[in-house]
Amino acid sequence: MLLNGVLIEDTFAEAFTMRVARLLITARTPRWAKEAALKLTGFATSVIGCKCEAGIERELAADDTPDGRPGLSVLFLTMDKESLPQRLIERIGQTVLTCPTTACFDGLPDVPDRLPVGKALRAFGDGFQASKVVGDRRYWRIPVMEGEFLIEETFGMQKGVGGGNFLILAADADAALAAAEAAVEAMSGHPGVVLPFPGGVVRSGSKVGSKRYKKMVATTNDAFSPTLRAVTESQLPEGVNSVLEIVLDGTDGAAIESAMRLGIRAACRPGVKAISAGNFGGKLGPHHFHLRRILNGASPPPAV
Amino acid sequence: MSLAFTLRTPPTVPLEAEVLTPARLAGLSAPEAAKLSVVHGNERADLGEFFQVQGTADGGGAGEFRLTGDLSRVKHVGAGMADGRIVIHGSVGMHLGAEMTGGEIIVEGDAADWVGPEMTGGRIVIKGNAGHMVGAASRGSAVGVRGGEIVVFGNTGNEAGHGMRRGLVAIGGDAGDFAGVSMLAGTIVVLGSLGWRAGAGMRRGSIVTMHPVELLPTFSYACTYAPLYLRLLLARLRRLGLPVADAQVSGRYQRWSGDAVELNKGEVLILEA
Repeated sequence: MLLNGVLIEDTFAEAFTMRVARLLITARTPRWAKEAALKLTGFATSVIGCKCEAGIERELAADDTPDGRPGLSVLFLTMDKESLPQRLIERIGQTVLTCPTTACFDGLPDVPDRLPVGKALRAFGDGFQASKVVGDRRYWRIPVMEGEFLIEETFGMQKGVGGGNFLILAADADAALAAAEAAVEAMSGHPGVVLPFPGGVVRSGSKVGSKRYKKMVATTNDAFSPTLRAVTESQLPEGVNSVLEIVLDGTDGAAIESAMRLGIRAACRPGVKAISAGNFGGKLGPHHFHLRRILNGASPPPAV
Repeated sequence: MSLAFTLRTPPTVPLEAEVLTPARLAGLSAPEAAKLSVVHGNERADLGEFFQVQGTADGGGAGEFRLTGDLSRVKHVGAGMADGRIVIHGSVGMHLGAEMTGGEIIVEGDAADWVGPEMTGGRIVIKGNAGHMVGAASRGSAVGVRGGEIVVFGNTGNEAGHGMRRGLVAIGGDAGDFAGVSMLAGTIVVLGSLGWRAGAGMRRGSIVTMHPVELLPTFSYACTYAPLYLRLLLARLRRLGLPVADAQVSGRYQRWSGDAVELNKGEVLILEA
C-alpha cells in the first residue's frame, strides 16, 4: 500500500490497557494553566522510567471549563489502577497546587470508578480546609498564601490505551523530523489522545529487555537504528537513514485509531520512505492497530 | 398522564396533607387519590373534599403531579418525599418538603414558614417569597438542612438556614434577621440584603451577600479576594434562574471569619462595592 508515494507496511502497532484520568486545569490566564500542565506532565513520557504517562489533550476555552476560566485538558495514565491515585496526588500536589491561580477539576465525571485525589490533598490545608458541594460534586478549598486552591474531591478513572504508535522511516533526519512535526500538528487537540513524549516525538524507540545487560528493562530498538544496519537484524528498507516514532496514549482504541489516521496521512510527505509500527508479535498488548486497516477506514478488531 | 389537583374548597383552618407526595400517589387513579385521608383542623377528611382530582398518577415513586390554587393553608406538601416532582401553581402553606430526601418541588407563588426543614436531599424552588425558617432546624432540634438545595427567588423571613449542616439555601431577594444562625456548615447565598445578626453562633459554613452588612462584633475581617468556588456556585444559581450578575461571579469579596463565640471557622463573604 502506498500513500503519497510512501510505503505503508503491512504491520500493526501493539498497545496496552492502562488506567486513565482526565484533569481539567484552569487558571486566570491560559499561560498559567499551561505552566501547571507542563509541569504536571513533565517527566511522564513512559511508564518504563516515569511510573506514569501524561500529556496535554487540548486547550479549553473559558466556556468549556467548570469555573469559566481558560484551561487545559490533561490525560494521565498508569499501568495499574492502584498507582494512578498516588501518582496524581504526588504530581498535582507539587505542580498544580503550587502554581498561581490554578484550579483542578475532574474531566471524567460520569465514570463510576472514583479516585479520592482532592480528598487526600485537602490535608495540606492543615485543618483549615473546607469543602463545598455545588450540584452533586464536592470540591475542596485549600487555603494557600495566594488565596485558595480549589480541587475536586474525586477524579474518575477508566480503562485507557497506552502505546499506540507508528514509525516514520525517512531518507534523512531532516525529512524524518519534518514528517514527525507534521504528524504531531495533525493530531494535536484530538479528543481522547495525548502524545506523551517531547513534542510528541520519540527518537529512541526501545525493545523489551537487553541482549547484553540482564537488568535492563528496555534497550535501543536496534532493528530500526540506521547506524546498526550492518551489525544487527535490521528491519530498515534500503535508503532509510533516520527513524522517528510517534507514541499515542488515549481514552480508548477508537480515539487512538482516529488520531493515527490523521498523523500517518500527514507524515506521508517527501523524503519519507515508509511508515511502520512497533509491536511484540502480538503477544503482549491486547490492542492491535493495523496500519493499512486504519488508513482504509476500517475499524480494528476488538482487543485480544 | 399525571395527577392534577385543583383546589375547589379552600380550607378554613390548616389542612395537613402529608399524602401529597409522588410516592404516596404512585399508581393511583383520580378517584383513589381523592379518597386519601387528610387532617382538616382536628378532623379527618378526604382529599377530594377540597380538591378536584384529574388524571392518573405515574407509576412508581418518581412521578409528577400538579397542584393549582391558593394552598397557603395546605401544610406538609411533599413532606418526606424521596423522588419525583411536584409543581404548585399558586402559593403553599407551611412545612413544604419537610425532611424530604430527594426529588423536586416547584412553587410558582409564595411559600409560608418552614420551607424544607431538616431536608437531606432534593430541591425546592420558590418563585415568589418564603416565610420564616427556610431550611431550618425544627424547634428543639440542633441540626437543620443536611443536604439538597432550596432556592427562593424573592425574599425570606427570619432564621433562614438555622442550624444547617450541609446543602444550599439561595435567596434572590432579601433575607430577614438571623440568617444562618447556629449554622454548622453548608452555604447560604443572598443576592439581596442580609438582616441583623447574620451568622450568629455559626460554627462553619458560608454566608454570601451582595450588599454591605453590619456583622456582629464576634466576626473578624480576614481579607478581600475572589473565592473560586463562588464562580461555580453562582454559575449554578444562574442556571437555576436566579439573576446573578457577571460582576458578582467575577467580583472580589470581603471575607469575615466567625462566629468567635463558637468555632470561628465560618465565613461571611461580602461583595466588594
